[in-house]
Amino acid sequence: MSAAPAYSEDKGGSAGPGEAEYGHDPASGGIFSSDYKRHDDLKEMLDTNKDSLKLEAMKRIVAMIARGKNASDLFPAVVKNVACKNIEVKKLVYVYLVRYAEEQQDLALLSISTFQRGLKDPNQLIRASALRVLSSIRVPIIVPIMMLAIKEAASDMSPYVRKTAAHAIPKLYSLDSDQKDQLIEVIEKLLADKTTLVAGSVVMAFEEVCPERIDLIHKNYRKLCNLLIDVEEWGQVVIISMLTRYARTQFLSPTQNESLLEENPEKAFYGSEDDEAKGPGSEEAAAAALPTRKPYVMDPDHRLLLRNTKPLLQSRSAAVVMAVAQLYFHLAPKAEVGVIAKALVRLLRSHSEVQYVVLQNVATMSIKRRGMFEPYLKSFYIRSTDPTQIKILKLEVLTNLANETNIPTVLREFQTYIRSMDKDFVAATIQAIGRCATNIGRVRDTCLNGLVQLLSNRDELVVAESVVVIKKLLQMQPAQHGEIIKHLAKLTDNIQVPMARASILWLIGEYCEHVPRIAPDVLRKMAKSFTAEEDIVKLQVINLAAKLYLTNSKQTKLLTQYVLSLAKYDQNYDIRDRARFTRQLIVPSEQGGALSRHAKKLFLAPKPAPVLESSFKDRDHFQLGSLSHLLNAKATGYQELPDWPEEAPDPSVRNVEVPEWTKCSNREKRKEKEKPFYSDSEGESGPTESADSDPESESESDSKSSSESGSGESSSESDNEDQDEDEEKGRSSESEQSEEEGEKKKMKKRKKVPEGQREGSSSDEGSDSSSSSSESEMTSDTEEEQVEPASWRKKTPPSGKSAPAPKEISLLDLEDFTPPSVQPVSPPMVVSTSLAADLEGLTLTDSPLVPSAANFQLCTQTRQFYVSIQPPVGELMAPVFMSENEFKKEQGKLTGMNEITEKLTLPDASRSDHVVVQKVTATANLGRVPCGTSDEYRFAGRTLTSGSLVLLTLDARPTGAAQLTVNSEKMVIGTMLVKDVVQALTQ
Amino acid sequence: MKMIHSLFLINCSGDIFLEKHWKSVVSQSVCDYFFEAQEKAADVENVPPVISTPHHYLISIYRDKLFFVSVIQTEVPPLFVIEFLHRVADTFQDYFGECSEAAIKDNVVIVYELLEEMLDNGFPLATESNILKELIKPPTILRSVVNSITGSSNVGDTLPTGQLSNIPWRRAGVKYTNNEAYFDVVEEIDAIIDKSGSTVFAEIQGVIDACIKLSGMPDLSLSFMNPRLLDDVSFHPCIRFKRWESERVLSFIPPDGNFRLISYRVSSQNLVAIPVYVKHSISFKENSSCGRFDVTIGPKQNMGKTIEGVTVTVHMPKVVLNMNLTPTQGSYTFDPVTKVLTWDVGKITPQKLPSLKGLVNLQSGAPKPEENPSLNIQFKIQQLAISGLKVNRLDMYGEKYKPFKGVKYVTKAGKFQVRT
Repeated sequence: MSAAPAYSEDKGGSAGPGEAEYGHDPASGGIFSSDYKRHDDLKEMLDTNKDSLKLEAMKRIVAMIARGKNASDLFPAVVKNVACKNIEVKKLVYVYLVRYAEEQQDLALLSISTFQRGLKDPNQLIRASALRVLSSIRVPIIVPIMMLAIKEAASDMSPYVRKTAAHAIPKLYSLDSDQKDQLIEVIEKLLADKTTLVAGSVVMAFEEVCPERIDLIHKNYRKLCNLLIDVEEWGQVVIISMLTRYARTQFLSPTQNESLLEENPEKAFYGSEDDEAKGPGSEEAAAAALPTRKPYVMDPDHRLLLRNTKPLLQSRSAAVVMAVAQLYFHLAPKAEVGVIAKALVRLLRSHSEVQYVVLQNVATMSIKRRGMFEPYLKSFYIRSTDPTQIKILKLEVLTNLANETNIPTVLREFQTYIRSMDKDFVAATIQAIGRCATNIGRVRDTCLNGLVQLLSNRDELVVAESVVVIKKLLQMQPAQHGEIIKHLAKLTDNIQVPMARASILWLIGEYCEHVPRIAPDVLRKMAKSFTAEEDIVKLQVINLAAKLYLTNSKQTKLLTQYVLSLAKYDQNYDIRDRARFTRQLIVPSEQGGALSRHAKKLFLAPKPAPVLESSFKDRDHFQLGSLSHLLNAKATGYQELPDWPEEAPDPSVRNVEVPEWTKCSNREKRKEKEKPFYSDSEGESGPTESADSDPESESESDSKSSSESGSGESSSESDNEDQDEDEEKGRSSESEQSEEEGEKKKMKKRKKVPEGQREGSSSDEGSDSSSSSSESEMTSDTEEEQVEPASWRKKTPPSGKSAPAPKEISLLDLEDFTPPSVQPVSPPMVVSTSLAADLEGLTLTDSPLVPSAANFQLCTQTRQFYVSIQPPVGELMAPVFMSENEFKKEQGKLTGMNEITEKLTLPDASRSDHVVVQKVTATANLGRVPCGTSDEYRFAGRTLTSGSLVLLTLDARPTGAAQLTVNSEKMVIGTMLVKDVVQALTQ
Repeated sequence: MKMIHSLFLINCSGDIFLEKHWKSVVSQSVCDYFFEAQEKAADVENVPPVISTPHHYLISIYRDKLFFVSVIQTEVPPLFVIEFLHRVADTFQDYFGECSEAAIKDNVVIVYELLEEMLDNGFPLATESNILKELIKPPTILRSVVNSITGSSNVGDTLPTGQLSNIPWRRAGVKYTNNEAYFDVVEEIDAIIDKSGSTVFAEIQGVIDACIKLSGMPDLSLSFMNPRLLDDVSFHPCIRFKRWESERVLSFIPPDGNFRLISYRVSSQNLVAIPVYVKHSISFKENSSCGRFDVTIGPKQNMGKTIEGVTVTVHMPKVVLNMNLTPTQGSYTFDPVTKVLTWDVGKITPQKLPSLKGLVNLQSGAPKPEENPSLNIQFKIQQLAISGLKVNRLDMYGEKYKPFKGVKYVTKAGKFQVRT
């Protein structure tokens, strides 16, 4: 899977439209000769011995690259300087190399030996940077060299180099996915790393290379939870997002039945578990604990995750806050989710882009958990200076939050908004009022009155939008509103917006019995202006005529026939069809008798009122905070958030048997030791915990640790010495990960080990002085309480014996530990996904209508793949995003011959929102257009070659009947699209 | 998570003046989708931050008249990218004093070096300003002169200590002759005041910005007289969360230089004092081409402090052609193109309240505007934190010397809007 084909792809893509850009770049286009000359002097400068000249040349070259100019012909001259002594020249050469190596693979190989030498350098920074550049050169031939370098770096002494190794993994993977199995081994090893520096990067590599290998996380789960607060912000986001997925597969849903005895059994269980970490007896203990959790009890590991992520809600990084918020939303019991609201509201003060994303997520959350944001209602009030897209999102949230109690305030706010100068926003406000009216019965009349008042507004758009919303509201209780319908009827003289006219006509037709006098008159007027009307209005005129004919044929017979005759010769075939169809139905004739008897039933069947719903409903099936959620479409590489399992998987898989390696070098030890510093044994900060440890026991352990050599110094400057030293003791003594650190502390209080017992076990390891000190620290705590199941006691001694190990083992020896058993992964899937990624850039636009397959043979060094790509019939399309109004406007332009409509019946399986959207978007690459009503779906796209608009509307009734409409000036494409979508939907 | 694939910097006139790729090159033509969206949005603020194209996703931010457009290929939390792009812009600001096209073009090599360090294969690597400054020295006039003579470089050749230490935000071996620690408590009042002058919504958003120039590894703790006021706080990573939880003390080893220590919100449940009031009467006559404009501004609940730096900005309706106003104080401008009225008031003296009165010329024949425009008010009150927050003391541990300490308070108007 070389990257080369993918690259030439890109080039191919750029050749076309990219050319335009040459226009405003005189240097690269017209004056060829001078261009070459200039490069010549750069070459000369690079060939000199003077670093300053070289630097100057490199700077100019980098400036060229930055402006997107081609500097590839300088490759030979530049690559010579890769071993330059001057560090800035060297860095710039690296920049150049990474940019162009792919194009000049043979020449790039010349530089490899420099990096290989660099990998052995005693300076960790140089080792790291050599690996960084080496792995960034996208030259397939060096894959084996990269593999070797990564493996070596993964066991490097320096955590910084190990971090670089983690970064290199996805690079190699994208260059050659065949290396997956080997890379997974490296990932596994790095996952076991205990430094915060590495954690984020390796999880990122994990997510990219093998996100399905959830089993690799088990053993590292608790460590990751505990390290989290010390990981840098970017790593936090990645880890939290991965742990969200992990938790969904490993724990039970906390919402299934909220249990009161959540904490108590957990504590006992938790204590025992910790100790298992050291001994083989663990499984039985876990098994013994299992039956006790029949009514739902939160897995302690689940609790650990929630507790350790909570402080991060106060991170300065919006991305981290959002990551925690989505974790709580997806994983926390209902009662606890509320804590995220405050943090999310805080983000609304941030940059407008941040607001935009946060509001989208709040909109989705506020549908499911309205109560959570209700106290912050006012924070979503709109300012006239907000950008329109923010206003509309805030409006969405306000509408979702409106309920019986706060609706008066909300409506008062809406009243101010209606007078805004921003018309799109006003239209959205009117829609919002409509939604409030449908959801909250109490204010329906108030809203309706308000909207009727808007009908006399000077702005036509406002009036039109109001009409449309009034129509929807009236459908709910038509009988009482004859007056409003009359009022609307009068408006037909003035309103020009087609959608509004059509709505009025529909209303009059539907409820003609409430306005028996006016209806025929309206029809008379419309008949007069019929030819000048827009298509959607014409259709409604026919509709009105038919309904009146059925109820009041005496007065309207002639009018109806007149309208139908006009329609018969209309330019739009839809209108002609409708006229023909209507005539057959309502006017009895010899052939069509059977149906016309039922015409009244057909036309005047009671119709269900539309439900006005948020377009954010059901969006939470996408993981919140993700790109897919934002786009409401599955993005490439999106990992589904799995459903909670029915039965909890074995929790004992997360128990860690910690081998007692350590203390590779003194320097190393220090580094490691200082590391967690701020983790401040997070375990204690959680809400379930009792207070901090007893000061007495604290000081006691202090005195013990100070007798120990070395451990005290490094933190002596810090003010909270106590805590820090605590930490360090744990570290230097047993050199366990901080994960254990936190747990151990928790354990201190819960475990309640009888003193003698514990002492005994610690004396087993007495040879190691430092470890005994940490053990005695534990004993100091044990005085607190002494209630401990006997079963636990029996298990401790073996743990003591298994633990001790020689001090001198270096980190490198980690390799010797056999990795935990590995579940087999199915290779075919792997291949196909990576192929898809590599071929993504491919467009087969030259023969758009011929559905012949393109066959590829992709060769790598070791394997060959055969790929056949069948282009969809028609043309490739790209999604277009537009508002509902724009959509309607565009649709209004594409009627007649350009509109293709098909009726279909949706099978039960594909009636849900999600399925419909998925099926349509799977068939055609279209973007969803927000839509006020729930049973209507709108999609929009543009064909790639001609850029013509393709609009798709699916009007689905709850009964399953549906109508599919495609508007596109490319009729052939429209027809095919209709066929394909119908096929996809009815399957 | 493949993260960021490429970055394009685009100025307001649509020129792509810088591109950087962290993987294979993505053609500039991908930006056409962005331009399309930009055209549709009409207004720079309304360009959607996330745009989906056939093969890529574009995530962009708008900062200081520049668009930072990043190209993404696979699923990634959008906020992750947005946050990162802002961090890039912040870094430019930090390095060059401004984040402008000119500054970036002048320092293109440093920009490139920075971008190279900040992202590796599209994943953030070093984003802390303290680390970056060790790797790549910011340009100063002196240094560029010296460099041009001696041929030495901007690139640090030593190990970035922060990168490898447990305190990634602070570099080692900091030395100052004068050791100083300054804290600015800045509070902004966000408010919506309705027509009748009553407060619809008010909230205090505060930050504490620190400027720390202390040698060695100082460990500071900052305590407040009334920490319970702080309703919701977000922290710089250097703050020990646990100390705050248990003792309400900010305990931290500071980064070197300027940084934002905390941001906080004072709950909207508390009554927020609104330091100014506005009397206004703006009216447009039906069927006539003029209207009246009369705004007076006065102090209220200002705790005896002077309100200064007062500015009133009004976005007038489109039909307004021109305005003929007389200010009793300060000066005003009206831009007939953007229809923005700016009145620079200055200081408010209670003896003589500043007012701005006069006529508004409307486009003749056009219907009168539906809505009266909102007034956006800016002001500043020195030496006052409107929430009443007070720093109690600052203690330093870990170093022997005695630092000079200072705290400054200031209150400003945030998003302060008066509906009329």
